[in-house]
Amino acid sequence: MRAPRHHLGEMVSSVLGSLFRKPATIRYPYAPFKMPDRFRGPPKWESDKCIGCKLCSRDCPSQAITITKVGEKRFDQTVDLGKCVFCGQCAETCPRKVITMTPDFELAQIDKQNLKITYHASPAPAAPAPQPAAAPEPAKGAGEPTV
Amino acid sequence: MSDIDRVVTVPIGPQHPALKEPESFMVDLRGEKIDAVRIRFGYNHRGIEKGCETRSYTQDLYLVERVCGICSFSHSTAFIHAVEEIAGLEVPVRAKYIRTIIGELERIHSHLLWLGVAGHEIGFDTLLMYTWRDREQVMILLARLTGNRVNYGINTYGGVRRDIAPDMMPEILKVVDSLEERTKHYIELAMREQTLIQRLSGVGKLSKEDALFLGTVGPTARASGVDRDARRDDPYLAYPDLEFKVVIDDHCDVYGRTIVRLGELMQTYSILRQLIKKIPDGPITVKAPRRIPEGEAVSRYEAPRGEDVHYVRGNGTEKPERVKVRAPTLANTASVGKMLEDGYLADLPIVVAAIDPCFSCTDRMVGVRESGTESRGAGRKTMTWEEVSRYGVEWHKARGLDFSSLGIPGGIEA
Amino acid sequence: MSWVVAGVNILIFPGMFFLLVLGLAGQFVDRKLYARLQSRVGPPWFQPVADFFKLLGKESVIPEEADRRMFVMAPVFALAAVVAAYLYIPLWSTKPIFSFYGDLVVVLYLLLIPTLTFFLGGWYSRSIFSTLGAVRSITQLFAYEIPLLIALLSPALLADTWSISGMTAYYQAHPWYWLFNLIGLGVALVTLLGKLERVPFDAPEAETEIVAGSFTEYSGRHLAFFRMAIDAEAIVSSSLVAAVFLPFGLGLPLWLGIIVYLAKLAGILFVLALLRTVFARLRMDQMINFCWRYVAPIAFLQVIIDLVLKEFL
Repeated sequence: MRAPRHHLGEMVSSVLGSLFRKPATIRYPYAPFKMPDRFRGPPKWESDKCIGCKLCSRDCPSQAITITKVGEKRFDQTVDLGKCVFCGQCAETCPRKVITMTPDFELAQIDKQNLKITYHASPAPAAPAPQPAAAPEPAKGAGEPTV
Repeated sequence: MSDIDRVVTVPIGPQHPALKEPESFMVDLRGEKIDAVRIRFGYNHRGIEKGCETRSYTQDLYLVERVCGICSFSHSTAFIHAVEEIAGLEVPVRAKYIRTIIGELERIHSHLLWLGVAGHEIGFDTLLMYTWRDREQVMILLARLTGNRVNYGINTYGGVRRDIAPDMMPEILKVVDSLEERTKHYIELAMREQTLIQRLSGVGKLSKEDALFLGTVGPTARASGVDRDARRDDPYLAYPDLEFKVVIDDHCDVYGRTIVRLGELMQTYSILRQLIKKIPDGPITVKAPRRIPEGEAVSRYEAPRGEDVHYVRGNGTEKPERVKVRAPTLANTASVGKMLEDGYLADLPIVVAAIDPCFSCTDRMVGVRESGTESRGAGRKTMTWEEVSRYGVEWHKARGLDFSSLGIPGGIEA
Repeated sequence: MSWVVAGVNILIFPGMFFLLVLGLAGQFVDRKLYARLQSRVGPPWFQPVADFFKLLGKESVIPEEADRRMFVMAPVFALAAVVAAYLYIPLWSTKPIFSFYGDLVVVLYLLLIPTLTFFLGGWYSRSIFSTLGAVRSITQLFAYEIPLLIALLSPALLADTWSISGMTAYYQAHPWYWLFNLIGLGVALVTLLGKLERVPFDAPEAETEIVAGSFTEYSGRHLAFFRMAIDAEAIVSSSLVAAVFLPFGLGLPLWLGIIVYLAKLAGILFVLALLRTVFARLRMDQMINFCWRYVAPIAFLQVIIDLVLKEFL
């Protein structure tokens, strides 16, 4: 039943080999690290396409999403990354598919308030609102922290 | 010499470097020998089951996934099986295969993690570093397949959320090949390295009778010769189509548990190859209702740590009426006391680690003891949900934290 | 003026200051090698220095139950004993700073003191983990100290002197004789692992069992001094092994001598790091068993070899 021969220092050869190979770890904050493309980071809204159905906030397991009406058919979306569990259910639920999950993972903040990210709808246009092929508006950029 | 016979009590936990989670082992020592062990739970109760009842099924899926960090997929699949059974959903075959692939990849990362932790507990940190380095391959693969390294979130009612692209299949096989080679190396290491064998064999003995009597599950039971595996005994997902062997061992000690886990890794590689060969094309999801009809279901899932049991009762609304989780660690914990009998203090960390414990998954209950009562049963009483909420709010208020404004579910007002 | 020279020798070079710098460098080499052997990047070169100064700046908590005086004295004693031992070891010439007939025994005694302070510091901490660690330290001492003593004794038998500088002079005169003591070198390296409480003999401070053993209650500058003493102990005992078992290249010019000495140290540190990489921690009973059943007889074999050789050479 016992293994036939016991050795002392079975790992010697493999550890010595490691000396001459590249280490498996990296000097992380100095050396860049990237998550795979389909990594689920914080959700991002295309604010102008949002129809304000609030299904995302209803399905959110951690109640991290707030949708506020700021005008006629215009909505602001706020996600609290301190609460978000990055499950991606909001993107799944959204009937218009305006939510995408970004691959960011370096989300640490010193001030808790900065974890709340708001995506603003573009200012109410003078002309009638819906423009199907809305070009990326300034609001599409990094969300501004609310205070 | 009564001094030699003096019993010293060593508190291992709730905070201790050997334990990754808070749990208390009060160990009575005579010299280096263990006289008795008293195990206490309840330091990490999170109220997940109760939380499930106040959330919708969609939200519960992610909550249940977070019962455990390592076997998150096991819990979410066990839960989703129960719900799908109540709702009468027939999951597409491709979705079943994808679920099985993720489940088996999870088993790889869990067993490799265990091997590293076991190495660390016996002071063999090199083993920890090497296994975790190799485990990184499967973690990255899981992140590429599902979008996250743990808590994959790939399950959805009636199927899976993400398909596996055809060009990912060779990638999976590549990882499987490379890990198989590494696992062979570790099996050789476990078979031959003298210090490793000395620290593992003969430690934490658990006879087959005790294993059955104490209701152990998973590798812990299989290492004591109990031939039991839910994947074969009560097949689910794609397992009926697969050829695999249930690895059992009769060493009945920590060494046996190591051998079983390493053997299971080898089986898993073969399972993954079959899955990738056999996976059919087709849809990956069917439409699921938001309201789950009345009914109840129990589902079994062979998690890496052992059999995971979920019970769900639906009442026709969007929220379940009752959810019950029996994590594998709960079944295995009772055996720890038996294994430690007559052991050495030095063996306690590895014996506890050998059941691959996950204490947070296990904690189901918090005992409230009236101050001044010594014995465990005394002062125990039954509380309603409202009483518990009020008790909790008051307990924290007395310690300077006011939660009364949060509107605690259960209907209590400030 | 001789007392000035002696003072400089004792305090700065090649005495205390040099030893402490070497100790920190040795810690770095050990940690870096350990990391690279485990396929990790490892710490930057200044990490030991940063750790030391960080600990100096931290609050030092002394448990209420502890015996205050013993608790504070233990690390100082450890460091002092190690520094004193260093003065008697020939480094790059056959002449150490001080030497007299029988200094080998004194050095061995001085190197015993750190282990005793681990015991006393742990014992007087009064915490259960410290006490267990302290008892394990002293139990382990009986297992490795005797093979180590025997191993160091045999080259002395061959050279027929109890002074380290006498031994180095003897081996200097007979350049290849040190090869007879290779078995002793192996025994000494293994038992050094016990003396320095490293894997596989680190049961006295086994993290997963008894937190940090004797050092559980230590913090701040007291811990810093203890750690410094351990680092210095590693250098001193390696130097002793180098002087006794690798007595070559001693008559060289100073700068070359220093390089040879550092190379010897690096070699010994490498072996120590390698040994602690490839083993699991042994239990106390297994450790004692191992030392008495295998290491001690091998050490005796070395003694017999040297006694026989002495007859013929």
